[in-house]
Amino acid sequence: MENILIKTVDLTKTYNVGEIDVHALKSVNITINKGEFVAIMGASGSGKSTLMNLIGCLDMPTSGEYFLDGINTSKLAQNEYANIRNQKIGFVFQGFNLLPRTTALENVELPLMYDRLEKVKDHQKQATEALKKVGLADRMHHIPSQLSGGQQQRVALARALVNEPSLILADEPTGNLDSVTSVEVFHLFQKLNDEGITIVMVTHERDFAAFAKRILEMRDGRVIRDAKIKDRLNAEEELKKAIAEAEIAE
Amino acid sequence: MKAKIILKVATRSIMKSRMRSLLTALGIIIGVAAVVVMVAIGDGAQQKVEEQIAMLGSNLIIITPGASNSGGVNRGSGTFNRFTWEDVDKIKNEATLIKGVTHIVQSGGQVIGGVGNWFTRIQGVSPDYLEIRSWPLASGEFFTERDVMARSKVCILGSDVVKNLFPNDDPVGQQIRIRSVPFRVIGVLKSKGQSSVGTSNDDIILAPSRTVGDRLSGDHMRIGSIQVSAISNDRIPAVMAELKSILRESHKLTQGEDDDFTIQDQSDLSATATATSRILTILLASVAGVSLVVGGIGIMNIMLVSVTERTREIGIRLSVGARASDILVQFLTEAIVLSLSGGVIGVLLSFLIAYILNNYTSQSAYIKPQIIMIAFGFAGAIGIFFGFYPARKASALNPIDALRYE
Ligand SMILES: Nc1ncnc2c1ncn2[C@@H]1O[C@H](COP(=O)(O)OP(=O)(O)O)[C@@H](O)[C@H]1O
Ligand SMILES: [Mg+2]
Repeated sequence: MENILIKTVDLTKTYNVGEIDVHALKSVNITINKGEFVAIMGASGSGKSTLMNLIGCLDMPTSGEYFLDGINTSKLAQNEYANIRNQKIGFVFQGFNLLPRTTALENVELPLMYDRLEKVKDHQKQATEALKKVGLADRMHHIPSQLSGGQQQRVALARALVNEPSLILADEPTGNLDSVTSVEVFHLFQKLNDEGITIVMVTHERDFAAFAKRILEMRDGRVIRDAKIKDRLNAEEELKKAIAEAEIAE
Repeated sequence: MKAKIILKVATRSIMKSRMRSLLTALGIIIGVAAVVVMVAIGDGAQQKVEEQIAMLGSNLIIITPGASNSGGVNRGSGTFNRFTWEDVDKIKNEATLIKGVTHIVQSGGQVIGGVGNWFTRIQGVSPDYLEIRSWPLASGEFFTERDVMARSKVCILGSDVVKNLFPNDDPVGQQIRIRSVPFRVIGVLKSKGQSSVGTSNDDIILAPSRTVGDRLSGDHMRIGSIQVSAISNDRIPAVMAELKSILRESHKLTQGEDDDFTIQDQSDLSATATATSRILTILLASVAGVSLVVGGIGIMNIMLVSVTERTREIGIRLSVGARASDILVQFLTEAIVLSLSGGVIGVLLSFLIAYILNNYTSQSAYIKPQIIMIAFGFAGAIGIFFGFYPARKASALNPIDALRYE
């Protein structure tokens, strides 16, 4: 039992838009163990982001319960929610969500600033380490507008990693990237997963879902398929292939 | 979060949009500078008045007709609302602790002589006048008690009158006509400079009191005031008591009747002047204070716009673990840092303005240290007061809504 990281019980989210109720999530029951790498797929509007936001403690469910690492989050106060976001979860968004006009290093330091336990004394060193991990040590003093999309997403990933969370959530992390750059990002995800970090990501493309270990498919606010991935792709090899193809094309 | 980090975040985001920050602080800069300069002008005026009063001469006591508390009962239609020559003679003969006493008979008029004519103030005084006012002669000599009694037509010119009527010659010994009456100039006063109200002290002619009273003022022999000089500063209260009893006797006031005159020393005079200039200072400062409040509203305005503009930033901070209170403190700190920096710049600006006023205009400005402290305190308070609402608004955002904001 102690291997379970995420457990949802009848998780439901309903948005009120004027007179109409939008049932974004309808009684979702999922369990994700530590060390898993899960891809969530589904048509646009099927509730993927809503689920991610609830798992990431960015939003509260309308009903149902959500256990993270054994803690029943529905009973927590706002400030403890903030603590969980800070301590246990790293979030990567489709739109990167970096602070503009702020260097990569300062962006990565951001979560450390809000760490009340002050686990890390030297913020700059810790942030530099995280940037090294994503291969951006040489770009720490660049601001987002001086970085490519792939580099910005790697900065965002470094920011997600800096507090050493047990869970990384990525909502369409490569939605704004070309395919080679996307594979680079998945390569990083696979490396982190190999180190023991649990990853849950949303992706549109079946090809990319194959980098994960397990796939959840959603439709109309429900999980309709839950399967292990048999022919898992290795991002490192795919990357080599892609580079070789690009060289032949030239 | 540690205070150091909070300050760092606030200064960083202020520096990241310099232009916006400057515009935000501008209201406070102008407001603080206005308050400090206005109060400084008031204080400068007061300081000048005090200097003038000190210049009147040491140990001076001034007696004016009429009761000091005019709110009291008005008795007998002012039987003694002016002084007589006898009042002054009685003081001279009976007062023991005085160095001198003089009438001041006010008059004025056209003076013809030298190179042209000039309109000036004419004061009828006693020979003691120079000593009482510690005002030396530049040349010539002063008139004597005999000149007063004989109503001699002699006079002493102030340096402004000399400049206008005798720019090239020595006036001593010359004839002039004051309101058609011929007078002989026997002396010239040393220059004394401007008075507190901006008029020149030197635009004056002195003549024997009885001459002015009888020959220039005609039948209304106006002794405007009596000025007395005590032998020393610590005897002033004794002299004032003595003068009071002499004048009461001279005016035949019975016991229980109020004084029909007012005796003031320099501290009374400066208290009156201080009260007047304090009202001026308060008036000026409140006008300037309004501009400081307007500056505060400016801060609130721009902070509100800034909250909207930075909704995504707030969302990002919340998503990495910031609490609502962290966001509140951040925006509040930004507002306070902005208004305090505005305060610093405003104070520097006011020093510049005061420097210009003191050196290039006739206006004087004096910046008291406590005014700077008050201005800072006010700027900080405005930062808190007007920064709170936008900060509350920012901290009330939900992370998802904030992140989704376009
Ligand atoms: N803040 C919101 N207010 C109202 N409706 C929302 C809101 N967020 C999402 N929805 C609705 O909930 C449904 C699921 O949305 P979402 O989880 O974003 O889908 P996905 O990420 O799978 O595309 C959609 O119908 C969407 O319009
Ligand atoms: Mg989505």
